[in-house]
Amino acid sequence: MKNRSLAFWLFLTPVILGLGIVVVIPFIYGFIYSFTNWNGLTATEFLGFQNYINLFQEDEFMQSIWFTIKFAVVTVILLNVFGMALALIVTRNIKSNNLLRTVFFMPNLIGGLILGFIWQFIFISVFGDIANLTGIEGLNGWLSTTNTGFWGLVILTAWQMAGYIMIIYIAYLENIPKDLIEAAKIDGASSFQRFKNITFPLVAPAFTISMFLTLSMSFKIYDQNLSLTNGGPFNSTQMVSMEIVRTAFSDNQMAYAQAKAVIFFLIVAVVALTQVYYNKKREVEM
Amino acid sequence: MKKNHEKRNLFSIEILGLLLGLLWIAPFYLMVVNAFKTKRDIFGGVLGFPSELAFDNFVQAFVDLAFLKSLFNSVLVTGCSIAIIILFSSMAGYALARNKSKLSGFIFFIFVAAMLIPFQSVMIPLVSIFGQADMLNAGGLIFMYLGFGCSLSIFLYHGAMTGVSKSMDEAAIIDGANRFQLFWYIIFPLLKPISVTVGILNTIWIWNDYLLPSLVLSEANATIPLKMFYFFGQYTKQWHLALAGLTIAILPVIIGYFFAQKQIINGVSEGAVK
Repeated sequence: MKNRSLAFWLFLTPVILGLGIVVVIPFIYGFIYSFTNWNGLTATEFLGFQNYINLFQEDEFMQSIWFTIKFAVVTVILLNVFGMALALIVTRNIKSNNLLRTVFFMPNLIGGLILGFIWQFIFISVFGDIANLTGIEGLNGWLSTTNTGFWGLVILTAWQMAGYIMIIYIAYLENIPKDLIEAAKIDGASSFQRFKNITFPLVAPAFTISMFLTLSMSFKIYDQNLSLTNGGPFNSTQMVSMEIVRTAFSDNQMAYAQAKAVIFFLIVAVVALTQVYYNKKREVEM
Repeated sequence: MKKNHEKRNLFSIEILGLLLGLLWIAPFYLMVVNAFKTKRDIFGGVLGFPSELAFDNFVQAFVDLAFLKSLFNSVLVTGCSIAIIILFSSMAGYALARNKSKLSGFIFFIFVAAMLIPFQSVMIPLVSIFGQADMLNAGGLIFMYLGFGCSLSIFLYHGAMTGVSKSMDEAAIIDGANRFQLFWYIIFPLLKPISVTVGILNTIWIWNDYLLPSLVLSEANATIPLKMFYFFGQYTKQWHLALAGLTIAILPVIIGYFFAQKQIINGVSEGAVK
């Protein structure tokens, strides 16, 4: 097909319209409107950087950013540790490996909103009952403090998505040539040495993928946040995504919310690009 | 001696795996067991078995969720979105892969780069634009899913096209087929494996999506997650009903997973690794 061929453009028209109207145009509009007093319908005044200056001075927004960053860091570490551990278990020659893959992956198929409600029950009622039975005070009152809300979100997310990361690691683990491991065994390498010198380097590309995925997933989380803690207590567990939604659709400050959304985009884009850049570099060096 | 040691090792890994597996399904188990309890039963403790099976919970949840209607709405939105994503993305992936010009490469780059833009960064203008065009309805929602879903799908189809030889095109053209016939009868069937992957990946997120439908759909047209949100708000502190509702809401997914778990896990694996 040539650039001037009609078929080429006809084949592309639906997706160009789709991406254009749904993503590209709103993205550009949003960027422009973030410098105005746009109310969702019209903008009457150009404000320059006023919205951006305001948002950096707003405690609630800055708090949501720090909360999200903290959440993302902890979740990314846990997800990759758990994902790798689960993958190492189910790629061994055990009888239940197919069953376990099915079980570990299951939470991924169910929406974060529904899972958040289920875990609300676990953290409040089940934890409460276990506390009564065992006398462990720390299990009482989960989700009612910032700290337990934070760990509640981390546990929910780690439980939900570890199976997904497991699948990625499995794909790489199963590609490692068996004879390489056998040869190392014969040469007397311990199982830790085999992991460190063979498995780990060969699985390194999976890190690029899963770090990138988990970071962007945990930054963009909304459903779980809404259904598990609803941002409470006192908006202290509100993540950036929820902050933007509330500023826009509860407080009706559209232009201001859009400025937050632009900052959010910049953070996500910078993180993602840095991640890809460093991982590619490391892979090449190895 | 060495063999025995290895066997024992494998056995302890199996036990560890099974324990983790139990931990993983514990939330679902607790949900189902307590969904069968009466309100008083739950008050007495959530860890034991129900003293009697309260099927009424499910009846009331089924009615209050307007379950058949919500299910229909979910199937309609997800089904239509998947159909147009598969059709239009495969066409685009084909066209972009068969045109090696700079312009074609640039268009492909734009689609891939768009994946960096998080939904939250476009949602406010998006809702405003569609609101002004009077398109905040199921049709508008399906079109939005095309916009959000096509990037990854085109990327996957574009990759899969490297496995489809160009001699196919030439033979069909010589036989007198036009581009559309060629695509529809020759290329599209060859892309079937990747179409399954694209379908699975998009179904998982569209079926479960809450935020976008919550901004676009009215309660009358609510999909399952959206309806679940309203339902849950109605029954806070009434866990017997809330849990029965949650159990019903995830049932379609569990049934689907039961029949297609191999394809689903393979599809996700393929989509993530590429």
